[in-house]
Order: sequence, then structure tokens, then C-alpha cells
Amino acid sequence: MKASNSLWQKELAGKIPEALGREVDIFETEIALRKQGKLEERLFAETRLRRGVYGQRYDNGQRHNGKAVQEIAYPSGELTKGPHTMWDAPGMQRIKIPAGGLNATQLETLAELAEEYSDGIAHVTTRQDFQLHYVHIEDTPSVMRRLAAAGITTREACGNSVRNVTACPYAGVCPDEVFDVTPFARSLSKFLLGHPDCQNFGRKFKHAFSGCAQHACGLTSMHDMGLIAVQRSEHGERKTGFETYVGGGLGAVPYQAKLFDPFLPPEELLPVAQAIARVFAKYGEKKNRSRARIKFLIQDLGIEKFRELVWEERKSLPPDPRWTEYLEGAAEFKESPLKPAGERPLLGSSDFQRWAKTNIRRQKQAGYSVATIALPLGDITANQLRALADIARRFTKETIRTTVEQNIVLRWISDSDLAQLHQALQGAGLADPGAETIVDIVTCPGTDTCKLGISSSRGLAAELRKTLAEKNFQLDEAVQSLHIKISGCFNSCGQHHVADLGFYGVSRKMAGYAVPHFQVVLGGEWTHNGGSYGMPVMAIPSKRIPEVVRRLADRYATGRKDGEEFKEFIKRIGKVELKGLLEDLARPAADPADRSIFTDWGDPREYSLEDLGVGECAGEVISAADFDLAGAEREVFEAQLAWEKGQAEQAGKLAYEAMVHAARGLVKLEDPNVSEDSDQIVGEFRIRFYDTQKFFDPFAGGKFAHYLFAAQQRNQQPHTADSARYLIDEAHLFIEAAHSCYQRMGKPVSV
Amino acid sequence: MELQHVNVKLLVSKPEEVALEPLIPVFHGWIQEQVFEELLLDVADYRHVHAGPGVVLVGHQANYSVDNTDERMGVRYNRKAALNGSNQDRLCQAMRAAAVACQRLEKEPRLKGTLGFNGREMELFINDRLLAPHDDATREALRAEFEGFFEKLFGGSEYSLSYVSDRRRPFGVSVKSSRVFATADLLANLMANLDS
Repeated sequence: MKASNSLWQKELAGKIPEALGREVDIFETEIALRKQGKLEERLFAETRLRRGVYGQRYDNGQRHNGKAVQEIAYPSGELTKGPHTMWDAPGMQRIKIPAGGLNATQLETLAELAEEYSDGIAHVTTRQDFQLHYVHIEDTPSVMRRLAAAGITTREACGNSVRNVTACPYAGVCPDEVFDVTPFARSLSKFLLGHPDCQNFGRKFKHAFSGCAQHACGLTSMHDMGLIAVQRSEHGERKTGFETYVGGGLGAVPYQAKLFDPFLPPEELLPVAQAIARVFAKYGEKKNRSRARIKFLIQDLGIEKFRELVWEERKSLPPDPRWTEYLEGAAEFKESPLKPAGERPLLGSSDFQRWAKTNIRRQKQAGYSVATIALPLGDITANQLRALADIARRFTKETIRTTVEQNIVLRWISDSDLAQLHQALQGAGLADPGAETIVDIVTCPGTDTCKLGISSSRGLAAELRKTLAEKNFQLDEAVQSLHIKISGCFNSCGQHHVADLGFYGVSRKMAGYAVPHFQVVLGGEWTHNGGSYGMPVMAIPSKRIPEVVRRLADRYATGRKDGEEFKEFIKRIGKVELKGLLEDLARPAADPADRSIFTDWGDPREYSLEDLGVGECAGEVISAADFDLAGAEREVFEAQLAWEKGQAEQAGKLAYEAMVHAARGLVKLEDPNVSEDSDQIVGEFRIRFYDTQKFFDPFAGGKFAHYLFAAQQRNQQPHTADSARYLIDEAHLFIEAAHSCYQRMGKPVSV
Repeated sequence: MELQHVNVKLLVSKPEEVALEPLIPVFHGWIQEQVFEELLLDVADYRHVHAGPGVVLVGHQANYSVDNTDERMGVRYNRKAALNGSNQDRLCQAMRAAAVACQRLEKEPRLKGTLGFNGREMELFINDRLLAPHDDATREALRAEFEGFFEKLFGGSEYSLSYVSDRRRPFGVSVKSSRVFATADLLANLMANLDS
């Protein structure tokens, strides 16, 4: 698209590391081959994904305009960049930032790219990456070359590969850390980038580092491999290592990571990571994508067997000098300040005081602080990136990091510079207070740009941010400290499972029309590296979610016991009271004059997942499927209650019954006389809805049906607390999929 | 020097009165009706960002937006696809597209007359740092090109040019005419320019 695309290779010759330059050259050739029809579209799709070039909403060549589906007549016609992905459709470029570390020049480069190839905005993700949206595929080699010249790669930012290695953004300066994990995260990232043992995964693989066990910053519990800095004494000598976890992950059904090794010495970090990669590549699922993450392999094998396989693999690895070469540099790694240590100003404007209260945290180095730049929805403009580069140079030695809360932190600010820093940030519109409070909402792109999005997570986040920011400082202190995280669908990119108040997008039918909803997930734990996950309560129409937040905040402010955290509070009051508190919002009274509920936040189009069925009567006819789906929801709710009471067996049984109930509702649409026998229902469901692909989600395919089939197979086996919990989550997702299928009935979906 | 990816922003008369939210359904309507020659695709809402791109109507060949960069609210046209023709043709094309979009917004009933060109001020920049590096050589090379263009756009009326000072930003100018022009006047002058 850009007229200068053919010129950047020559312009940047000699300024790009050879290996990175070669990578981009290869990709450019692959683009040319695909355009000539000489490269198969599926192969091209994976190759571009492994360069961070991702699809975006409407790239299948059609868009619902609020009234009907419009075909998009892209100039390149039928040419595709992957299955059902039109060549000219704008896409997303993900940019890896290992451990979130950036310098000022890199910020300036991102600013240039956001202006020239995107829409002027760079977006910080929940895994410390940057993303640019609305980028044309043919511009991506120029983007990659310009990034490479600034020392950044997009390689393996997407696809079935090792993704960005994340780390606590306060590593090296946090008073509570055991040691600085930064050099280890960077070294692991470098070691695994393009490693031959990481090229044959069935799905992606994510690593995270944390300097301590108690804070949230590293989120190691929800990663494929999580590493927490620890130390121990051996013969009077202090030894450092990593408490190592494996098999965590969010996604549709969240898994807590399991302890792999309580003390992995630094010299074993790289080889063990390599051995784990080999085990994952060798034994991990390849065909069924919904079971291909390493968490499923570990669940199937058991952690003991998995550990045994990894150690066997480790023993067989040919020695690699890189395993230990980096250790000397790691020991010497140290950031330093630009300015001498100072003292905090005792006075300041009220704006400064508010900002300092939430956006400043003390470093372990006396006289220095970390300042958080709270980015609304993770977005930053090109001008702000340049201003931030100037500010970083003025106050620090460019010690900048992105965070998993979609913010940016500046480290090593002399305390005596804090007021001036605040003033400089104000000048750039980057001094919003409220970092890591209820207004600092984390959200995935949702329906704005993600093709998997079901509801507008960004639209909701913007609305909540606006309304909460107006009264944030009048809110109860405990309410201010809550975390809200929003995902546009069940895939959890907004990390809703680890929020106090989490929401993920679902759709429901009301009065015969599709209505955007969010499933409310409460009581997740952000601290302890995402220590535990919240439980779904109920689905509420998108436009009623601000009222959900208001009621929950009020109930918490007035009803909590001294020092009681939200997670404990939710557990204490229980699902029954929560349901009573919110139930009226789930089925608001019909008001023919108010159509707002049929639209989503920030999007005036009448909400739709696809064309609405013709001739549906507005809410006056309730089908048997409606009753069955409602019954299924009741049963899964009861399953949750049983689980909370420690009745794992009963919880598992109810969760399975809920799935069967939902399946029966669908089967009844075709055979009103279906048997009540669960095996027969599942059999009929398989024939009528799975084999015909009617149940298939446009993107997840038959994934949710597999949950039912697997549950049927395991039905006679006893349940543990873990297995019941997983089954409840799967039942929720199966029921949501049944709702979606019911909405789609009459319109076959091809996958 | 080849000028591609020309951007034009026409500053609005009462920025404090401009509400961005009503633009969202307007832009969705433009997609529905495909009102321009460019293929229109999506609406990006950046109201939450300070001094940002505002609300953007994303197209394949170009984006249209009501943009608040530098806290200067204006109707912006961002040409993304390369164009044939001379530099003057490409400057005219971008200016015409911005003026047509602005005129459409001025007449849009849902905006209730809150959005209109201020008659004097605009920005023009080249959104490609390789084709138009932000340096003295580019400024010298484009001086005559810009002068010729604005001479015609303003029908010989006086105007002042002020170059963007931050060299990290795309090469561009802020322009202020000595007298007030309606968007229709600008379009008429551009048309006369094409006829000649």
C-alpha cells in the first residue's frame, strides 16, 4: 500500500541485524509467492502469524451494517492471506517487547509506525506487547524492517510458537523481590526465539517471570511456564533459583499452573525450558486445537509423569554453551539512574497529590520511584509516544517498561523530580491518576477489531472508565482498589478470570433478537501472580453492566467486614445472594420504546452475530429450547453452589446434567419427542448437531461439543475438586455455545 | 520529489462545541451507503485518548476522521493508497476529499450544525518519512510545490505557512489564509484549478 515499501530494504541496509533482515526478506518473498498463487493459503497464514501478522474483524469480506450483511469489495478480489481471510483486509501487527523493556528510540519508532501504517494509535496488550491495527499485509515487511533497525522483532509474536516472554515491570526496583528477573527473561526470550525445538507446537506457549510470590505483576500462575525468583541457603551460602510452574493458562477453561520444580537453578533455566518445549512438541495434541495447549497435556499425563518426561528429555539434550554463557552478564545486569536520589515533595497541587497516591510506587533504592502512566484502554498516540520518549530521556536513562495492565512505567525517577515529572506528563495528556485502581480497566480489543469478539469489551471499558473516573476519589477506599478486567469472548485475552470483577462477552436472545451480554465472573485473585480464578455468576445485557458494577461496589462498600478482600467477600455472601442482587438486570422489562439494549457500547448498529431469522415474533413465543437452556443454566448454577460447599461429586454430576439439558433443548428443535435418557440425547446431539456441524462455532469449530462428549465418557468416574471445577467451566461454555447455535438455527455455519 | 500519502486537516470553527459521539452513527451510515469513492470499512473510536485521532472512519484507500491531534480539532483526510498523477494532482485530491467530507459533516442533521470549517486554518502533511523526510532539503524542494498549490486554493489571497518544527513528526505545514473561505469556495477553487 505504501509507495515507499520497495525502498526501505535499501534504506536500512546495514542497520538491521543480519538474521532479522533475512527473516523479513524471506517473508517478503512469501508475500510475493502468495500473490502469485504459488504458496498455499494455510501455509501462508501460519507463516505470517509467526511474524506477528494477525487477522482482524471483517477480514472474511463481509460486515453486518446493522441491517444486513454487506459484502466488502476489496480491490484484490478473491486473493486471500489465509482461509476466509481476504488479502486487502486490514490486519493487526503484534510487536514483541521481551519483559516489556523499551528505550526512547523504540518509542519514537513505534510512533512513526503508528502514524504511517496504522491509525495513529499504538496499543499495549495484556502480555506487554504492542499492537498496531488496520495494517495492510503488504506494508508489514516495511514495518518489520523499521522495527528491526530499532532492535525489535515481531517474530513469533503470534502463531504456534513461543510468545513474548513477560516479566514483572518492577523487576530490579521492587522492594519485595528476591532478585531481578529481567536478565533471565531476556535471555530465555533470546534463546527460544526461532529455536528449532519450538517450531512444532500444536499451539502457542507463554512464559512469565516474577520476582516474588505475593504480588500480581508476573501472573505466573496463568502461564504455560511460570518462574518465580526464590533463594535458599546451602551450606551457609545464598543460592538463587526459580520456583517453576507449568500448565497454567486462561482461555475458555482456566487452569492454575502446577509446581514443576521448587528450585530450578539459573544454569538449568534454559535447558529445562528447552526440554519442556521438546516434550510439548513431542506429546502435545496437534489435531484438536481446543486440547492442544500444554495445560491439557499435563492434565492428561499428570504432573509427575510430565516431570519425568521432561527430566528424561533434559538428560538427552546435547550440551549448548548458550545455557550458561548469559549467566555472567545476568549477574552484572544493573540499571542505573540519570539523576541523584532525592526526597519526595511534601506539598503539591491536588492533581499531583491524587496522581502520586495511585501512580507512584517507591523503589527499593532509597530516593527513587516508579511512575505509572495509566493508558486508557492501553492506547497511546504517536505524539504521546514521542513526548514520553522526551520525558524518559529527561528524567531517566530510558528505563521504560510496559505492564500486563496495559500501562507503561518509568523507573528510576528521582523523588525530587516527581512534581516536574507530573507536570511533564500532564503536558502530554499522560498524567491520568488511578493506576491499578477500579478505573484502570484492562480489556482486550473485543468487537472493535478482533474477529472472535462477541461483545464490545473496549466500548464497555470506556463507558465504565468514564463513569467511575468521575467519582473515583469519592469511592470507598476498598472499592477504589478493585480490579475490573473485560474480555470480548470466552478466550480470556482480557484476563477476566483474575479480576475482582471480570466480564466476558456472550450473546443471548431476547424478544427474538440477539442482545450483547457479558458473563459476570466474580472474585478472581489478581495478587499472588493471579492466584485463583473467579466463578461465573450470570450473563447480563451489556448495557446493564455499569449498574452491575455500581450494585456490587455498593454492596461491598457497605457489607464487607474489616479488611475483608473482595474475593473473600464474594465467597462469604455466596452465589445465591449475588444472583438475587443482579437477577432483575438479566431480564430487564421489555420497553418497546427503548432499543438501546439491542446495541453494544460505542456501536450504534443493531447487534448481530449474523443475519437475524425472518419472521421471529418479538418475544411472545417461548420455545422448548428456551426452557431447556434456562434449565441448563439453573443446573450449572446449582453445580457451582455444590462445588463451593465442597461437594465435588455432586457438582460434577450437576454440571454434566446441565450440558445434557442444553443439548436436549437443541435436539428438541428437530425432534420434539427426544428421549430423556442422557446417552441417547448425547447420541442424537452428535448426529444432528455435531456431525452436521450445525453446532460449530464459526471460529472454535466443534470445540464445545467435545466438552460434552468428553464429559459423557468420564461420567462414571469420581470427581475431584479440580475435575468438577473444570467441568463447571466447560458446562458454562457449552451452554453459551448452545445459545449461539440456537440463534444461528436456520443459517448453516461453515468452518 | 514524489508526494504520496498526502494528509489534509481542516480545522473546525468551534472545537469546544464538537461532540465526537454523534459522529459514530454518522460514519457507520457512510459505510452503509459507501458514500465516497474509497472503500469504507470500519469505525475506530478513540474518544478516550487525550488529543488523539478522535473518531476514525477507516477505509481501504484512505481514512477520514474528526481528529483532535495537538488539541486542534479538524476534519482529516489521510490518503493511504498511492495515487498516479503529478504532485499537484495528489495535493488537490487530498484537499478535495477533506473538503467534501467536511461539507458533508457541516450539512449532517445529526450534528446540528456544531461542526464546520473555520474558514482559515488547515494542516497539510506527507505521511511517509522516506518519500518526504522531515529536513531542510524537503522543505526547499517542496516550497514551490506548496506555494503553487495554496495560490490556487486561495484564489490568490494571501496566506501564511508555518512548518512543523519537531523533525520527528511527518513533514508538514500549518496554513492560515488571510480571508475566510467556505468549504464550497475551496472546492470551487480546486475545480477551477482542474479545469485550467
